[in-house]
Amino acid sequence: MVVPLLKLQDLIEEIRRAKTQAQEREVIQKECAHIRASFRDGDPLQRHRQLAKLLYVHMLGYPAHFGQMECLKLIASPRFTDKRVGYLGAMLLLDERHDAHLLITNSIKNDLSQGIQPVQGLALCTLSTMGSAEMCRDLATEVEKLLLQPSPYVRKKAIPTAVHMIRKVPELSDIFLPPCAKLLHERHHGILLGTITLIMELCERNPAALRHFRKVVPQLVQILRMLVTTGYSTEHSISGVSDPFLQVQILRLLRILGRNHEESSETMNDLLAQVATNTDTSRNAGNAVLFETVLTIMDIRSAAGLRVLAVNILGRFLLNSDKNIRYVALTSLLRLVQSDHNAVQRHRPTVVECLRETDASLSRRALELSLALVNSSNVRAMTQELQAFLESSPLDLRADCASGILLAAERFAPTKRWHIDTILHVLITAGAHVRDDAVANLTQLIGGAQELHAYSVCRLYSALAEDISQQPLVQVAAWCIGEYGDLLLEGSCEEVEPLQVEEEEVLALLEKVLQSQMSLPATRGYALTALMKLSTRLRGDNNRIRQVVSIYGSCLDVELQQRAVEYNTLFRKYDHMRAAILEKMPLVERGGPQVDEEAKESKEAVQVSKAAAPVPTEPQASKLLDLLDLLDDTPEDAQHPPPLDPSPGGTLVHLLDLPCALPPPAPIPNLKVFEREGVQLNLSFTRPPGSPALLLVTVTTTNSSEGDVTHFICQAAVPKSFQLQLQAPSGNTVPAWGGLPITQLFRILNPNKAPLRLKLRLTYNHLGQSVQEIFEVNNLPVETWQ
Amino acid sequence: MIKFFLMYYEHVEINKPTLLETEVIKSCLSRSNEQYSFIEYKDFKLIYPENAALFIVVGVNDTENEMAIYEFIHNFVEVLDEYFSRVSELDIMFNLEKVHIILEEMVLNGCIVETNRARILAPPQILD
Repeated sequence: MVVPLLKLQDLIEEIRRAKTQAQEREVIQKECAHIRASFRDGDPLQRHRQLAKLLYVHMLGYPAHFGQMECLKLIASPRFTDKRVGYLGAMLLLDERHDAHLLITNSIKNDLSQGIQPVQGLALCTLSTMGSAEMCRDLATEVEKLLLQPSPYVRKKAIPTAVHMIRKVPELSDIFLPPCAKLLHERHHGILLGTITLIMELCERNPAALRHFRKVVPQLVQILRMLVTTGYSTEHSISGVSDPFLQVQILRLLRILGRNHEESSETMNDLLAQVATNTDTSRNAGNAVLFETVLTIMDIRSAAGLRVLAVNILGRFLLNSDKNIRYVALTSLLRLVQSDHNAVQRHRPTVVECLRETDASLSRRALELSLALVNSSNVRAMTQELQAFLESSPLDLRADCASGILLAAERFAPTKRWHIDTILHVLITAGAHVRDDAVANLTQLIGGAQELHAYSVCRLYSALAEDISQQPLVQVAAWCIGEYGDLLLEGSCEEVEPLQVEEEEVLALLEKVLQSQMSLPATRGYALTALMKLSTRLRGDNNRIRQVVSIYGSCLDVELQQRAVEYNTLFRKYDHMRAAILEKMPLVERGGPQVDEEAKESKEAVQVSKAAAPVPTEPQASKLLDLLDLLDDTPEDAQHPPPLDPSPGGTLVHLLDLPCALPPPAPIPNLKVFEREGVQLNLSFTRPPGSPALLLVTVTTTNSSEGDVTHFICQAAVPKSFQLQLQAPSGNTVPAWGGLPITQLFRILNPNKAPLRLKLRLTYNHLGQSVQEIFEVNNLPVETWQ
Repeated sequence: MIKFFLMYYEHVEINKPTLLETEVIKSCLSRSNEQYSFIEYKDFKLIYPENAALFIVVGVNDTENEMAIYEFIHNFVEVLDEYFSRVSELDIMFNLEKVHIILEEMVLNGCIVETNRARILAPPQILD
């Protein structure tokens, strides 16, 4: 049955007429069946029509691989129309992964050598699009010959083919290197364009080529200059700019050649300035060239004035009404801000304007750029702008904006009060989006600013009273109220209007936080601890607090329950210790957050203080333990507690008597740790080979002064993970003028092989004075603990 | 039915083109007029200006100068205009091979070869 063959146009019309996807598929399937039939036994003259239809179908997304062999046949046919469609089909349907593509190598070779320009053009085009490595190797010589042909049509096509070949088979770059220089002399722009791309490719792959081509920089400069300065030429100008494509390519090549190379960069400087000033910017073409110029200036080693010029151009772009240009300018300014900070600063107002863009990614870029531009002189103004932006920004940008503001405030805050204010404002506006350690930072900051305690607690209290939904804000406020509740009640902060707060109000607020649905468990923990602290700060009786605490003793949340039970015990059995435990926290140092260690430490400290209470009874030891930071007050939220330093003044000071063996001569170098008015302390170390975790330290005290040292006592402390045993000293007097020294032996057990830290405390009488010294031993040799 | 054609100058998997195309079309269409015409999509950039009902999208990798490509698209549309005398979507669809020929004249394996209108249009006009 002979079915009339549709022409491509008819097919397209039919497909368009199909109203649904299913209908379309039907039409196409029918047609494909026809095409397959006609491929098998159809008229060869019509084959190209069929293939054309097939290609259309393929473009729509349907499988069309059965047409591959047809492509081959069509390419081999002598008719141009056949070849045309065949090559097109080859480009679209064949690729490296199908073995069929090798079969067209021969056809291409034939076509290339035949000398018919359009055919050669076709072949080159196909080769450059889908040529595989083997094909390229086979046909490289052909292409090279074509590079040198007189006809510009073929040459301009041969060059990008060469580019493709080099990409596939880098070894071929040697073949294509020599013709380049000659090709640069051409006047035909198409050839020039291609040549420049070729050179770029060569330079990227091969540093030797890079050096070779640096020599042509002057020539390139010449070409570009001609382009820029000659007037209107109808052939190549696009909206007033003469061949912007060529200009852009040359600029790009100059960029590659001038990177990291002083000489070439210098030759280009004038030219770049000229291009920058002469180009007409009213149309997009001019802007494109300018943009490329800016990119080039940024990349090569250009003069400072030139870089400033580049930044100014970008600034001008920012003012342009076309948003594409603004986008492009913002992206480039972001890259530039690291290296040319001052120049970009000048455009700060424009950048800040861009914050108000409606488009999300433009404003994101503007935000990044503004954050990068903040420095100590403009921090106040910038933060104001950024805070205004924060209020109106879309949600996904808020987190970035908030953390950016906080970071900037940290780095450049002019005064502590301003810093606290800023963080407070951010927490109020965008509390849910701040980074998790903002709470920690803020508490540490407030803790350190002694004079601002009253001020901060007042402000936090009023903020909290208004809104208890922002978790970070609530956490910080609860902590502050707990710590400085007494200041709040005095109402003595001058800078804010005097706030008369009653005890009952404060307690009511904290209870509200505790009961609110919106509070996270961590926040509840903060609030509970704050309530406890207030029990010592407030003057009234503590019944209300005791009630709340005991209620939470049966709370479902284990964390809260544990706290409540402990606090309850504190009320009932250890009431005498409550004041000491709940004292104001000393300033914490900013270390890395060490969650479990601190939690464990604090837990153990609390156990120790409640169960045995040996700590407060040992006066000497307690002085060292001052630094322990009875960490009961630390909220142990699972996320991020305020970062705490493991206290250097360890705990376990055992004054034991042990039979002492004199230590063998120590391979570890001795250490002189103390010297004052002739009294010296030396440490010598031994590591007995049998027990690797043991370190024996001998402390020798000598006296070279004219007065005796009497009542000499030496004590030591180590971090918690170590065990220290002090043996009795050999005496407690060191006669003057180098008399018999006192020696004392320490045994230090270091099972974890942690770095050793040693703190020594000396008391003695010397020259009529009583001396007390506490110091940490630095420069402990590594062998002592490894 | 908006259809545009992409010549893939880099190897793409067989079923990916359709997927890729649909995604790209969706993201282009969803942008309103005020937004600018460069999108970052996966690891390359898409550039498209709007010409009435006709969308032409070009995907480039990171190192290209976006504005130059923008210019190129303008140029391409102008060439098509001249050839078809006021090109419209239907023209492109029904004369797909011709458009391919013109494109081949201008771009070879991703590099822009020729931008001079007269020279580009010479071969197709010979063919006719």
